[in-house]
Amino acid sequence: MSNDFLGVSVNIWIIIAGALVTYATRVGGHLVLSRVKRIPPRVEAALNAVPAAVLTTLVAPAAVFNGPAEALTLGICLVIGLRIPMMAMFGIGWALIVALRAAGL
Amino acid sequence: MTTSRRHFWHGARDSLPIVASAAPFGLLFGALAVDNGLSIGEAVLMSAMLYAGASQMVGIELFGAHVAPWLVVFSVFAVNFRHVLYSAALGRKMDLIPGWRKAVAFFFLVDPQFAAAETRYEVGKPLTFAWYMGLAVPIYIFWVLEAWAGALFGNLIAHPEAIGLDFVLSIYFLGLVLGFRKRANWLPVVIASGLGSILAYWLVGSPWHVSLGALVGVCVAVLLPLKPDDPVADAAEAPL
Repeated sequence: MSNDFLGVSVNIWIIIAGALVTYATRVGGHLVLSRVKRIPPRVEAALNAVPAAVLTTLVAPAAVFNGPAEALTLGICLVIGLRIPMMAMFGIGWALIVALRAAGL
Repeated sequence: MTTSRRHFWHGARDSLPIVASAAPFGLLFGALAVDNGLSIGEAVLMSAMLYAGASQMVGIELFGAHVAPWLVVFSVFAVNFRHVLYSAALGRKMDLIPGWRKAVAFFFLVDPQFAAAETRYEVGKPLTFAWYMGLAVPIYIFWVLEAWAGALFGNLIAHPEAIGLDFVLSIYFLGLVLGFRKRANWLPVVIASGLGSILAYWLVGSPWHVSLGALVGVCVAVLLPLKPDDPVADAAEAPL
């Protein structure tokens, strides 16, 4: 994406817009939700589920549509990630994908 | 030493473990950003302006996939939506931080900042602007410097797939998903969005699997019986 809009690269516009929506989430909870006496429980349940739901959609197809090395790596990471810290799981996963690909999987 | 200077240094001391655990991901962001077509300057600008690790990684994943700009921005917004709840919860406890300073403080409200501030409030120590910024400034400065260093390093890598760089984001996202596992109805939501995204990827194609899959997961969360939740528990485990 090297095209321009108003003389500025689209990448920069995406970063500026991303920064604005991010700040909006950080200040908005205080400005808006603190005025609502009580958030409807179903709305809160939906808001709570958003991050895990979005991030899952970035993982699941990567596990299914890539290849055996990628599927095996994510499967093992899922199991060990429930027991060890994120950083350790990440390091083991990285080593696994390099090793399995080198092994020709 | 004045009280506020003392509070600032206490905050800086509290920031050290957070700076250390965020460092690998700050560097990784820079390397992957150039790998996905951003310039070094754009990578640094993104870390400095968004200052939200998970959403920055989601952003560059979609930059690399050449999807419509509005969808990149929308995905960043969706991943950062959890900050709305942080902001609502912490805002009520920020009485010692007046006016414009509060507006500044909210810019720095990353997951570990929220967890540390909530913890400080719970143990009854004063949640002052000096302590808050003492915590925030080192985390922020290192985060931006790491994007720059990572981008310089990423520019030197000719074949990112040989060292698995093209796939580490998937492992990172899996780690983030697992980090939310204490949330109410986590497992059914993850299974629903996982199956939904696989189906959408297969039937409709990328990038629609993101919004369609997430929609399925959120619908499941709304329809399931309600359970209480503890947002501090998973914020404490998120890298940044």
